[in-house]
Amino acid sequence: MTVIVGPKTKPPEAIKDASMARQKQMVNAHYDRLASAKERGEKVAATFVPGNLNELLMCFDMVNNLPEVNAIQNGLRRQSGGYVMEAEKLGHSEDVCTYVKSDIGMMAKGNIGPNGKPLPDPDVLLLSYTGCFTFMKWFELLRRQYKCETIMFQTPYLADGRITKDMISYMVKQLRQDVIPKLERISGVKFDIDRLREYLRKSAKAEDDHVWVLQSAKHKPSPIDAYFGGIYYIGPIFGAFRGTDDAIEYYKFLRSEVEQRIAQGKGPVTPDGDMGQERYRLVVEGPPNYTNFRQFWKMFYDEGAVVVASSYTKVGGTYDYGFRHDPDRPLESLAEYCLNVYTNRNLPMRVDMLENYINEYEADGLLINSIKSCNSFSAGQLLMMREVEKRTGKPAAFIETDLVDPRYFSAANVKNRLESYFQMIEQKRAGFRGAA
Amino acid sequence: MRTFVGIDLGSTTTKAVLMDENKEVIGRGITNSRSNYATAARVASEEARIDARFTLFRRALHVGEAGHEHSAEFLAALERNFRLIQFLEQLDDLEETCHRQLEAERFKAVAGPLQEALHVIFARLREEAASLYAPGAKRKSDFFRDIAGSRFHVHAEAVAREMGIALEMVLNAYDKSIIEVENRPPGGELSEKFRRAVARMLAVDSHAADGEGDFAAMIESALGIELEETYLVGTGYGRVTLPFSKEHIRSEILCHGLGAHMMYPGTRTVLDIGGQDTKGIQIDGHGIVENFQMNDRCAAGCGRYLGYIADEMNMGLHELGPLAMQSNRPARINSTCTVFAGAELRDRLSLGEKREDILAGLHRAIILRAISIISRSGGVTDQFTFTGGVAKNEAAVRELRKLIQENYGEVTININPDSIYTGALGASEFARRAVAA
Repeated sequence: MTVIVGPKTKPPEAIKDASMARQKQMVNAHYDRLASAKERGEKVAATFVPGNLNELLMCFDMVNNLPEVNAIQNGLRRQSGGYVMEAEKLGHSEDVCTYVKSDIGMMAKGNIGPNGKPLPDPDVLLLSYTGCFTFMKWFELLRRQYKCETIMFQTPYLADGRITKDMISYMVKQLRQDVIPKLERISGVKFDIDRLREYLRKSAKAEDDHVWVLQSAKHKPSPIDAYFGGIYYIGPIFGAFRGTDDAIEYYKFLRSEVEQRIAQGKGPVTPDGDMGQERYRLVVEGPPNYTNFRQFWKMFYDEGAVVVASSYTKVGGTYDYGFRHDPDRPLESLAEYCLNVYTNRNLPMRVDMLENYINEYEADGLLINSIKSCNSFSAGQLLMMREVEKRTGKPAAFIETDLVDPRYFSAANVKNRLESYFQMIEQKRAGFRGAA
Repeated sequence: MRTFVGIDLGSTTTKAVLMDENKEVIGRGITNSRSNYATAARVASEEARIDARFTLFRRALHVGEAGHEHSAEFLAALERNFRLIQFLEQLDDLEETCHRQLEAERFKAVAGPLQEALHVIFARLREEAASLYAPGAKRKSDFFRDIAGSRFHVHAEAVAREMGIALEMVLNAYDKSIIEVENRPPGGELSEKFRRAVARMLAVDSHAADGEGDFAAMIESALGIELEETYLVGTGYGRVTLPFSKEHIRSEILCHGLGAHMMYPGTRTVLDIGGQDTKGIQIDGHGIVENFQMNDRCAAGCGRYLGYIADEMNMGLHELGPLAMQSNRPARINSTCTVFAGAELRDRLSLGEKREDILAGLHRAIILRAISIISRSGGVTDQFTFTGGVAKNEAAVRELRKLIQENYGEVTININPDSIYTGALGASEFARRAVAA
């Protein structure tokens, strides 16, 4: 029976598995480290998730601050709405990337991090990825605010769908002649390539387990949700933990947790506990909505829909296609890593990827979450959808939300589309028999 | 007889369709959704059951067959009498409820005169009721609230003047009562009401019974057919508020797709403009949805927008289309944002532009937005079917035909007179299949 909505009650505490609790500790420790960096004389670098050079920054004893992650954290904590409005008050337009506005608004409100302590001003802004041009403008704004040095590490867009030798050498040259010397100067630490090699070796180790976890979704039922659960799985590897022992340990632990779930024939863990019967396997393209994350996820697991692969979990690197950070080719592999991030890939590459996911993970279809304020993701999505539909013969659907602006999330509208989509898959399965 | 029920709980109206085992629609019912979907669902399905009875009567009386020329006339008279009985019943309820209001503290001082006024008003309403349902009488609406409301106001004004009491007190009693009455589905046994209608007709309108055979006996035998509600499927925005279990719920996108397919098996593209959203739906040769797109969180350009415009212009919703049709030079209005369009409307009116031209422009703006949603869903393929309440608006249809032709060339455009029931029709077919499978 459908429950008639009663008076507002506080939702029950979300159920978390051990790896999530562990990650929470890691993230909290990182924010604490960030907040107290200046006291310990540590330098701080602000950088973005896609194509970030965490291992390189570690070589200069720098602490990594990721404004995107701050925006996500603020979205999940329902702070971003106020920050976005604050940024609009300062003159930023309604349709601009809401990560940017959340970040700018947070600064205007004292730059308080998720741990309740003020975040330090960065000593350097390192822009290592240019696939999203809003990022350049974002750092221009931050540069004006912090009056600190900005390093622009140019990553060529894969417009032709392949990485050339020239691209690699162009990027390595930048690293040698521009990025590394500047980081040496700002940090006062001399660059040691062996130190970098060691970090990259550690990265590759964590990356192996990370890929194993993502690919575990090939099992039926899938032991993980590769979109909603996926944002937890990508946290350490895409952020400030790549190259650390912490990341290696985390992914080892996560892997054993998932192995256990497979052995027990269990589906993913959701905020309401183990997911019920797996009824739909989906591939999802586009970032999730963070302001209504739990409500959004619930619309899936209530219907038995599990995401078996998503493009979003590749925004910080496409490891499942074989790439690993390589200690034997340190600078080259940093360049390749930046080039490989999902949104740096051209549309045909993205289509191929989604098509492969549908086939490899035996998904029922493709769902696109089109983000109102993110052109980097949204441009071309409808065309991609049609092409994937054509190639796979599987149904696709389109929903629209936003990253961290709660005003762009209409629950009734999203739910209506999702339910229609699930029923559409059902109807397709029944095929002619059900249509007679 | 086994029947299958589909209910489409739209934001503006609730529709019900009753289907038999041979996939034939035997009854349709509609009511305004109010804010109470549960009542709306009960009223709409009751209306569909009434309509189904008339279908059975038509079959029993062989309406349309040679040699049964009088039976249609008989049935029309029966329906008028039946509707009158229904109306009078609700009127009694309304009067009682109004009187109960007078017990409230604020009416105490004037309760006596008000009571008297209400007696007079309701007596006049009852007196004229028969004429409202007389042969050839035109009603602007079939909803009790609309008919009773407009007539009550007319009589209340006169009576308040004659008796020298404050009109607002009378209207206040009415306003407090009408929602209560409207949310109370009519009680009583349906067959009994039909019998009373037959009896009333034979008493008042006896010549209608002159024809082939004993009409009353035929009606009686048709009333003996049991309508068993085998399975029910609900759709539309209100579906989740009803105590339907999951298997009894289908999304309106699927229901409109299937409903359109049942009306026009050749259709491949469906446009549904409902009260609060617009959908472009692509279906295959079996009515299975292939793709769909709908408006995002902004519902500009939906049916409700026309409602706002009507309010803004102080007109009835149904008057917008005909007025817009008089325009030869539609104004260019770009905004489908309800507030912007309202501002633009006032601005243009103040500049002396003709109302019909502005209205034609507004209709065009709505359809332009619909065309964009259709194109996102994959464009228009032959045949194209337009469903939902706005499909009844001739000005919207005119713009749609024009724009489809401009963008997609010659395609067959289907618009069914029962297009508003498309979603409920699809739902009833889902109900039938649930049992057949």
